[in-house]
Parts: sequence; C-alpha cells; structure tokens
Amino acid sequence: MQNTSLLIILIGMTAFAYFAGRSRSLAIVGGPARTTRLHSLPGYYGYFTAIWCLLPALGLLLAWILLEPRVIAALTVQGLSDTQRSMSAGELNLLLNNIQNLALGDAISGTADESLQAAADRFTQLTKQSRQLLAVLVFGLSGLAAFFAWRRIHPDFRARNSVENITRLLLLAASTIAIFTTVGIVLSVLFEALRFFQKVPATEFLFGLNWSPQTAIRADQVGSSGSFGAVPLFTGTLLITAVAMVFATPVGLLTAIYLSEYASKTVRSVAKPLLEILAGIPTVVYGFFAALTVAPWIRNTGEAAGLSVSSESALAAGLVMGIMIIPLVSSLSDDAINAVPTAMRDGALGLGSTRSETMRKVILPAALPGIVGGILLAVSRAIGETMIVVMAAGLAANLTANPFEAVTTVTVQIVTLLVGDQEFDSAKTLAAFALGLMLFVVTLLLNVLGLYVVRKYREQYD
Amino acid sequence: MSERSAIDDQPAQGASGITPPAPVQESALVNAIADKPDSSATDGEFKTVGEYRCQNPYLVAENVDVHYGSNHAIKNVSLEIGKKEVIALIGPSGCGKSTFLRCLNRMNDSIESAVVSGDIRLDGEDIYSKSLDPVVLRARVGIVFQKPNPFPKSIYDNVAYGPRIHGLAADRAELDEIVHSSLERAGLLEEVKDRLDDPGTGLSGGQQQRLCIARTIAINPEVILMDEPCSALDPIATAKVEDLMDQLAQEYSIVIVTHSMQQAARVSRRVAYFHLGHLIEVNDTDTVFTNPEHKLTEDYITGRIG
Ligand SMILES: Nc1ncnc2c1ncn2[C@@H]1O[C@H](COP(=O)(O)OP(=O)(O)OP(=O)(O)O)[C@@H](O)[C@H]1O
Ligand SMILES: [Mg+2]
Repeated sequence: MQNTSLLIILIGMTAFAYFAGRSRSLAIVGGPARTTRLHSLPGYYGYFTAIWCLLPALGLLLAWILLEPRVIAALTVQGLSDTQRSMSAGELNLLLNNIQNLALGDAISGTADESLQAAADRFTQLTKQSRQLLAVLVFGLSGLAAFFAWRRIHPDFRARNSVENITRLLLLAASTIAIFTTVGIVLSVLFEALRFFQKVPATEFLFGLNWSPQTAIRADQVGSSGSFGAVPLFTGTLLITAVAMVFATPVGLLTAIYLSEYASKTVRSVAKPLLEILAGIPTVVYGFFAALTVAPWIRNTGEAAGLSVSSESALAAGLVMGIMIIPLVSSLSDDAINAVPTAMRDGALGLGSTRSETMRKVILPAALPGIVGGILLAVSRAIGETMIVVMAAGLAANLTANPFEAVTTVTVQIVTLLVGDQEFDSAKTLAAFALGLMLFVVTLLLNVLGLYVVRKYREQYD
Repeated sequence: MSERSAIDDQPAQGASGITPPAPVQESALVNAIADKPDSSATDGEFKTVGEYRCQNPYLVAENVDVHYGSNHAIKNVSLEIGKKEVIALIGPSGCGKSTFLRCLNRMNDSIESAVVSGDIRLDGEDIYSKSLDPVVLRARVGIVFQKPNPFPKSIYDNVAYGPRIHGLAADRAELDEIVHSSLERAGLLEEVKDRLDDPGTGLSGGQQQRLCIARTIAINPEVILMDEPCSALDPIATAKVEDLMDQLAQEYSIVIVTHSMQQAARVSRRVAYFHLGHLIEVNDTDTVFTNPEHKLTEDYITGRIG
C-alpha cells in the first residue's frame, strides 16, 4: 500500500476515534445533559482517543519509511553470491543501484544478467512484503492504542490534562528541531574552522594584513603558499556596512517618522506596500543595479569631479546595500514609534507642542532604544549580505578606508573560496569556515544585542 | 460650521410643578421644561433641559456635532463654561464625555476619523477657525487625561516641558521657580523635592497624576480640561486632587469628566449630564443631585443606568 493511502486511512481512523471517544464519554455519564459529571469537556476525551490512534502509528510509519531502504538493501545483499558480497563498498553500492533500477524498470548500466534479475525480483518481493507488513502494523497499532485509550475513558479521567501534556510535548519537539539544526550548523562550522586554525595560526588570521588565499593545488605547481590575514576583509566589510548604514539610517528613520506621524492614511496605504516590495526584491537584482547602474554612475561622476574612482567601488555596493536595508530600518523604527503609547503623544500635544516638538522631544526619545535595536539588526543584515558585494564591490582585498576603491568583504571571500577546484581539506577551503565562524559570531552578537535592546524597551510600556 | 440657534428659539418655560433650578439667569433666557421628559427622547428635535448658558461665559460650545466615521458621537450639544467655574460632565460610559472634552482643545484633530462641526469659541474667538493655531489653543486650554501619562523623562523635565517649548522662562532660575511652584500647587512638591531628577514614570499612580496636573498648570492655561483625573487614584490621592481643583478654580475654568457623583457634587458648581451623545441636562450641582429635571438624569444619579 502506498504511504499516502496509508496516511489517508489513518486520518480517517483518527476522526473515527475522536467521535468514538467523545460519544463514549457522553454515554458513560448518561447523555449530553450531564456532561458536568465529566472531569473534562467531552471533546477532550475525543482528542485523547484520537491522539492515541494517530501518534504511535504515525511514529511507526515515519520510522519505517526511514529504515526501510536500508533493511531491504541489507536483505538484498544477503541474497547475493559470495563474490558479489566481497566487493568494495563503492562497487556494492553501484550494484545495489542497478538492482533497484532494474526492479523499478529504470535504465541500468551494463547488462541485466540472470543473477541481477534474480536479485531484482528478490528486491521487488521484499519491498512488497515490507509494505504489507507496514500496513498491518500501522493499522494494528493505531486500532489497539485507540482501543486502550477509549477503554480508559471514565468520568474521573483527566483527559484535558493529558491532551494538554501531549500538546506541550509536540510543541517542544517542533522547537527542538530548529534548535538542533542551529547547534548542528554551529558545530560543523566550528570544527572546520578549528581544522583551519591548525594549519594557519589564529593570530595570523585575525591580525594579518595580507589576504591572498591562493595555494598550490598540486605539489609540483608554481603558486604562492597563500596568506590568510583577514584584516582587509574585516575592514572592507566594515567600510561597506558603514556606507550602507550612513545612507540607510537617516533615510529609513525619516521615512518611518513621516509614515507614522505625518502621512495621511492614503499615503501610508500606498507607501507601506511599496517599501515592502523594496524589501522583497531579490538581492541579485540589487546586485545588477549596483554593478550596472550605480557603480558606473559613481565612477563617471567621480571622474568628472577629478577623483579617481575604481569601477567596482565600496561606495556603490554600500549605497545599494543601504537601499536594500531602508525597509528594514524603517519598518523596525516604525514599530518602535508606534509602540510609544498614544497617551504620550496626547500628553505632548495637549501641552501645546507642535507635531515636530512632540516627535523630537517625546516620541523619539521614548522610541530610541527600539530604533537603536532595529539599526543593530540592520547592521547585522548588512554584514551578512553577499550578493550585492559580490557583484559590485569586487574581489580585491585592499586595506583601505577610501570608499572610492574596490574592497572585498568576508562573505564575498567565502563565496570565492568555495567555488572552483580545491581539495576539501586545503587551507584555502577551510579558511571559508573560519571566516564563516567570524561572521556568525559577529552577527550573533549584534542580533542578541539588538533584540535585547528592542525587548527591554518594549517592556517599558507593557 | 452649522448655523447657530438663536437665543429666542428657546421655548418658554412649561407649566411644570417643578421649580426650575436657580442658577443666575438673564431674564430673557428661560428653561425648556415640561413634565420630566421620559427616556424615549428622540434624536430629532432634542433639547437640553436646564440652563446650558451661564453668566460669564468664557468657553462656549454651540451646536457641536462629532462623527467618528459613521458613528455620531456628539449630537448637537451646546454648553457654556464660565470664567473660573468648575463644571462636571457626567453620564454613562460611551455617552461622549471624553469626545466632547477633546473638542474643546482640538485634541480630536489627531484622530483621523473624527469630524467636528458647530461653533466653539474661547473668549469670543472661534477655535476651529483657520487662523487659529491649535498649538496656541492647547497652551490656553490644557488637558489632563484619565490615565496618568508622564513622559519618560525626569520629574523636573516633565514639568519643565511646557514652559520650555513655549519659552515661558527666560533663564534656569525662572524655570526652576515655575517647576517648583507648579509642583507645589499640585501638592506634589513635598513628596518629590529631593528626587526631581528621578524618572517621572517611577512615581506611584496618584503621584503621576498630580505630576501631570503640575505639568499642565506649569504653562498657565486659562481653562483646564480633566478627563476622569481620579479614576486611577485611591481616596487619599483623590482628595488631594480635589483640593487642588478647588484652589485652581480660583484662577482657571475647569471642566471635569467624572464617573463619581460624589466627586461631581464636591468639586463642581454646575453639572452637565450626557446620554448617548445628547446633552440631556445642565443645571446647578445641587439641582442635578437633589431635584433633576430630566427623567434620564434622575435615572442615572439614582443608579438606574450607567
Ligand atoms: N477614537 C475613536 N474612534 C472612533 N470612535 C470613537 C473614538 N473615541 C470614542 N469613540 C466613540 O465615541 C463614543 C463616545 O466615546 P467617549 O470616549 O467620548 O465616551 P465617554 O463618555 O468618555 O465614555 P467613558 O466614560 O467610558 O470614558 C463611543 O461610542 C465611542 O465608541
Ligand atoms: Mg472617557
């Protein structure tokens, strides 16, 4: 039986279990008129039965789906001849693949000889048996668990508490998935980074002024041994982020002030969705815009003014990144401004303040922590941004504070380190993880700080 | 602006057994009373009973209507507020007391859906005219809100806020003087004089409310509007605020919204009773509480509605 049809029948059984549980609870006390004798509302007895009908069976189904291919593969291998079984793991895998494809009627490599056909038949047979067994077990478990749950229904039985507990566990399970994923990512980055630091000392990485990660691929190749001083990357990142924030902070903040305090309803209803569109543009598109429109424009203007501007400048990337961040800054500032209670606004207006006095002297100071928090979040977004800088800022790891020069950032270098041919354990590849770790730590700190500030400020008025 | 009702439109006094209240009246003005009108008083030609005029009018509202979108919150209300008079607005929840109060210093301007029509004049000047700046108006007609709303600044800065934006103090010493005397008059100085730099939000609810009152009187308004200023206060703090009102009434006109009849009886000289957007009755405080003219007023003060 197919998984989907299994699932559909299971859901049907669950629904049935719900009604069975509910009606039993009613029958036990003698009709809907006397539900007060039940510990919980009748629906909870229904949910209780339904949960027992569904969850164990669902668990079994999932476990089965995960384990089935391996078990079947192992069993198929057991049926092979000794010579085949003594093949190397890779070859055996290939063979198994062939068997599977043959069984499913797909194209195979090589010819389908008799032993292969036999194995394929065996594979088909095993799969079929497994399916049947699964169906029997799932329905059996489901029915049995539901039956016992149904039997437990009793006026004193605390169905509501059990259901609440199970719900709590389910929610917990869902949130652990996200947490474990994060932990997994951090650990994998951390371990790779540690391997990098075994090859390159951490001090060189953190304080070295020269970044040229080219290493020789083969021993006989001519090539530098690479130098991994990441300071130019950090300064490049900082420079571009600074340009972006210098541009985005005032524009975003003023936009938020205008939209929340001055704009009429109509303007707001048009401008807000437009800003959201700005936030929804893919960063690649911003990248085009930066590389093809803004960068040449800046270079031409700069040259007209007698400045030397490289065609890939930090300024271009920073400006466009600023544009990208405006919606973030403005929507977070908008939230902060709107979170200032109307009573505060009324108090100021009631004392005869003008709108701008109200804004400057009461609302902005009150909203400042929230705004600062929002800006910190925006900074961490800017630091992590990749696509725009890849396209507009260039790859040259210059150590400079001049926004007209090309610089490169941490994220751009991670991308360039990981594309192209490299041994996976070379210092060059591993450097990407060290950079990733740095990036992760910095943005994490900024996010934590930003969220802390935002939250602290929220509490002030609740 | 809608047309004004001429004084002469007032119907002559009906042949009622009830003696009309005895507020000081110009002889041409007489009350509209028949037998106590019943609760079925309809929207159409509704007339306020009692005397909505007063002897020495300073803030005058005539035929004021307020709509919040399609919600007609204030229906053709006329009321005069005298110089140095305390008038209480009472009525069941949602009847439009706050709305009316907010019309008097154009606080409704900041509510987008609110549309105010009719005439409101402060000392003879139309406050809704284009030439009048609402900012100046609000400095003349101060407001204290139901919920204390000190700014998240120090106590000193809270009180100094108004004088600063209006440039009332020439130097620091003068500002200090204004802050101290305002706190003093609000009865708060004793409690806070050692911690003027602490945040105003750190005070207790009652202290906060008195801080807000101090903040309002610091700009020396001519009229003070108070929207249930004591609803969050304990009896002791309430008594302090009421004392303060007595004092303030010697210099200012005060309009106070309250849900407490006792408070209205204690602090006000006249009482206006609102019901579903109508101004039902305006009379002397004594009259309203001992011998209300309108059935609805009577029902309300005897506790049958609201
Ligand atoms: N900002 C607003 N937007 C829309 N409708 C409003 C607004 N404020 C008040 N109203 C409506 O106007 C009517 C009068 O409200 P108002 O706040 O003036 O009543 P109130 O007499 O002050 O009541 P309470 O004693 O409960 O404070 C109510 O029907 C209310 O729903
Ligand atoms: Mg109110």
